[in-house]
Amino acid sequence: MKRQLVAAFGCGSLFAIGLSVSGMTNPSKVLGFLDFFGRWDPTLAFVMMAAVATHAVLYQMITRRSAPVFAAAFSIPKQRGIDGPLVLGSALFGVGWGLSGFCPGPVVTSLASGGQSALSFTLGMVAGMAAYGLLQRQWRGRATAIAART
Amino acid sequence: MDVSAAGMALAGGALIGVAASLLLLLNGRLGGVGGIVAGLLHPPANEWGWRAAFVAGLLAGGVLLGALHPSAFGPSPAAPVLLVIAGAAVGVGTRLGGGCTSGHGICGVSRLSRRAIVATLTFMLTGAVVVALVRVLGGPR
Repeated sequence: MKRQLVAAFGCGSLFAIGLSVSGMTNPSKVLGFLDFFGRWDPTLAFVMMAAVATHAVLYQMITRRSAPVFAAAFSIPKQRGIDGPLVLGSALFGVGWGLSGFCPGPVVTSLASGGQSALSFTLGMVAGMAAYGLLQRQWRGRATAIAART
Repeated sequence: MDVSAAGMALAGGALIGVAASLLLLLNGRLGGVGGIVAGLLHPPANEWGWRAAFVAGLLAGGVLLGALHPSAFGPSPAAPVLLVIAGAAVGVGTRLGGGCTSGHGICGVSRLSRRAIVATLTFMLTGAVVVALVRVLGGPR
């Protein structure tokens, strides 16, 4: 367990360094990348290309192992179909991303040095996640109650 | 396009890919930051520790880069109230859509998940539409 914590801390630090080096922690740059219909700045496309290429190769090598180094099994979600919540949630995500230039990894990385705007965004993000979690619990409770009655 | 910025983008992207791969190799976890943060709020049993450690690592990496290379960080041009609303949209969207730019956009696309590819195209499209609308309407920045 302790080794897992150290590993997670190290991976988080490396992830943050990658995000900051790449330009993803600069919201104006991110907005420039999303400005397809205006003055498009394609630089950040290279971030995704490099990250996907690296992870795609390493993913294949890693998942050939029977188990990860510090855990009993890999926790990889089973592939489900494409559904309404996936598209609606992603659409909403894009609206918030396009309004601000922030997404979860870069904003947490920017909390110490990104000033007031990273704080405001994180406040909204955590509130949104918490509210969704509470609603989901209520829906589940209601669904179970209905199932028990019928 | 600035060539050195493109080089930094490639190098940073590769580092992100390596970090996500190490998390998978060592702990067997996928590096979706939105999911990791959301899981801190409603953690399944024995799940809190590694998530908190990963987020602490993100913060520490940010502090280090802030000291070495402060120009990597910048404020968002959006107004504070709008930032809170944008954050809420990203928070709800991450949970509802089951992933974010790293979870879907990097980890999911890397393993050619159809869901992740659809999610990534969707948030890039709505993001681009919002950026275009904000520019046309001239506000709020």
